[in-house]
Amino acid sequence: MRIRFEKRLTPSRFMLVATPIASVLLTMLLGAVIFELIGFDGPHAIYETFITPIVASYKWQDVLTKAAPLIIIALGLSLGNQAKIWNIGAEGQYIIGALTGAGVAFFLPNAQAFWIIPLMIAAGVFGGMVWAAVPALLKTRFRVSEVLSSLMLVYVALQVLNYLIGGPWKDPNGHNFPQTPPFTPAQLLPKVIPGTVVPPGFVVAIVLTLVFWILTTRSVYGFSVRTVGAAPSAARYGGFDASRTVWSTLMISGGMAGLAGILEAMSQLGQINLGFPSGYGFTAIIVSFLGRLHPIGVFLAGLILAVTYVGGQVAQTVVHVPQATAGIFQATMLFFILASDILVRYRLRFVRAGPVAKPATVGASA
Amino acid sequence: MTLAFIIDALITVVGVTTPILLAATGELVAEKSGVINLGVEGMMLIGAITAFAVAFDFGPDLGDAAPWVAVIAAALAGAASSMLFAVLALTLGSNQVATGLALTIFGIGLSSLIGAGYVGMTVPAFDSFFPERLTGDPVGRVVFGYSPLVYFALFMVFAVGWFLNRTRAGLVLRAVGENDISAHSIGYPVLRIRYAAIAFGGALAGIAGSYFSMVITPMWAEQMTAGRGWIALALVVFSGWRAGRLLLGAYFFGILMTLELYAKASGFSFLPSQFWAAMPYIMAVVVLAVISARGVAGSEAPSCLGRPFMPNA
Repeated sequence: MRIRFEKRLTPSRFMLVATPIASVLLTMLLGAVIFELIGFDGPHAIYETFITPIVASYKWQDVLTKAAPLIIIALGLSLGNQAKIWNIGAEGQYIIGALTGAGVAFFLPNAQAFWIIPLMIAAGVFGGMVWAAVPALLKTRFRVSEVLSSLMLVYVALQVLNYLIGGPWKDPNGHNFPQTPPFTPAQLLPKVIPGTVVPPGFVVAIVLTLVFWILTTRSVYGFSVRTVGAAPSAARYGGFDASRTVWSTLMISGGMAGLAGILEAMSQLGQINLGFPSGYGFTAIIVSFLGRLHPIGVFLAGLILAVTYVGGQVAQTVVHVPQATAGIFQATMLFFILASDILVRYRLRFVRAGPVAKPATVGASA
Repeated sequence: MTLAFIIDALITVVGVTTPILLAATGELVAEKSGVINLGVEGMMLIGAITAFAVAFDFGPDLGDAAPWVAVIAAALAGAASSMLFAVLALTLGSNQVATGLALTIFGIGLSSLIGAGYVGMTVPAFDSFFPERLTGDPVGRVVFGYSPLVYFALFMVFAVGWFLNRTRAGLVLRAVGENDISAHSIGYPVLRIRYAAIAFGGALAGIAGSYFSMVITPMWAEQMTAGRGWIALALVVFSGWRAGRLLLGAYFFGILMTLELYAKASGFSFLPSQFWAAMPYIMAVVVLAVISARGVAGSEAPSCLGRPFMPNA
């Protein structure tokens, strides 16, 4: 017996949906086994990590708060990933977006009018776009891989943040802590929409999920992005400009990351401090893949990853598992989803051992 | 500028260069075989904690051999973790960018998990193994005053250069990276060669990580490699996939990182310290742009870089 992979003519829709679910379930199973092995109550830890945040209503606000930036960033990343443009520097765009938005607040401390909030948000989106424009420019002008350039800029963004909050934008009343002055009430969004557990960012995430769903499934632009990714030469013949796709997808994903950053700052922290960079920009990459680059999938995947964040903290306090396990869970989930990718594009065939035919179809099908 | 200052600076440059040189040399071999593994940072962290844990737990029993055993353990751990990437990216043909990134996230998590019990501990530094009469005077220190890993890194970059360009096996490895389909059709085991190249890259990344926890600061701190794995990846592009230029590039970045240290330490700086901290990353981006603008990088990259190859499909 040996296993053969046979290329499917069209990707399996069943596998497309089933494999992310299986990945989450397998992660839970593997997690329970590993926790047992390293001396914790495995099933209990898994229950607290994956189930408690869903069944305990007092955790819902936490889950939705964490899901909002993940979904918003991952929606943008998924669009680029469909065109095989890998923006892995969303964390940097998230930070710069929050900083440009906070800059508006810093320079207009006395503005009370209604327009200060939209202005801060617009500045946040703009900041994220500017930070993503660097890899876009370098890729289209100099053919520099956006993977490395966008990532390097995360480290630069972290230093920009350290510089601004510890220097020119430092809170004069902050007891010398590196942080910006707190936003004024006029510059703040509520933590949750009054009377609900829903943070404003999550409403934005829902609206944007629908917008992206229409954009990717019902617009020529969405089609052109997919074509550039799946068949670059066909896209060229079809008149879809590859470098315009690079620019547009990086601008959209950068803008989305900036938006997530400023919304997080305005609704949750109320200022920028050293704790602001939280790794959402990296986790959103997992969300994008777990959601199969589809807006609805991304929305659900964002909720699942948010559950693991919140549940990871629960498990930490209740079962005393180390904090680092949340990251391992997230990576494991991504490993499973990437491993199962092959089931979408290929059919597994078990062939009886015997004279093995020389694989003649290698290049054409691979 | 005194002689002592220059010697100190030289020694610092060599020190900060070594880990990125090691990691980049390993990644160069993997990329030459046509695989891009973005898990370098994660593999380095796994190497760093493995070396530290072995040196701390078994050091007293092992005596003088302890740091050597620790570094070998780091190499094995790096190689083992790279196999996670290899199974997915090679056998299952998954997306290499995402898989490498998953390995980095995994390495960050796993190293913090293992390292939680070692925070604040120290081990003896893995210093020069030359007799004191050689390292005593300042000039002797520049030549003989380093950890054995420094000489190992230099040896490896020359060995890899020789292997890739002067040996038959190196030629086959390059052929696999340039044209996997042809290499397969004339009977070379494409995937097996790539597995080996990835394992080699993982081992060197592991050793590079051990340099942080055994030499630079002989202790464990979460994410102590601080993004140097990404610099190593940029370095491979910078080198145009050639060992000689890799060595030059590594020292170029090493000098930049040393400037950062000196600017911070001296307090004398007309630019904020954060500027110097960001400097290696800014320069990495600038250098990538300059290299690519000359139009050479694209043509120098192995043609099959990042492309899955599925012989059984």
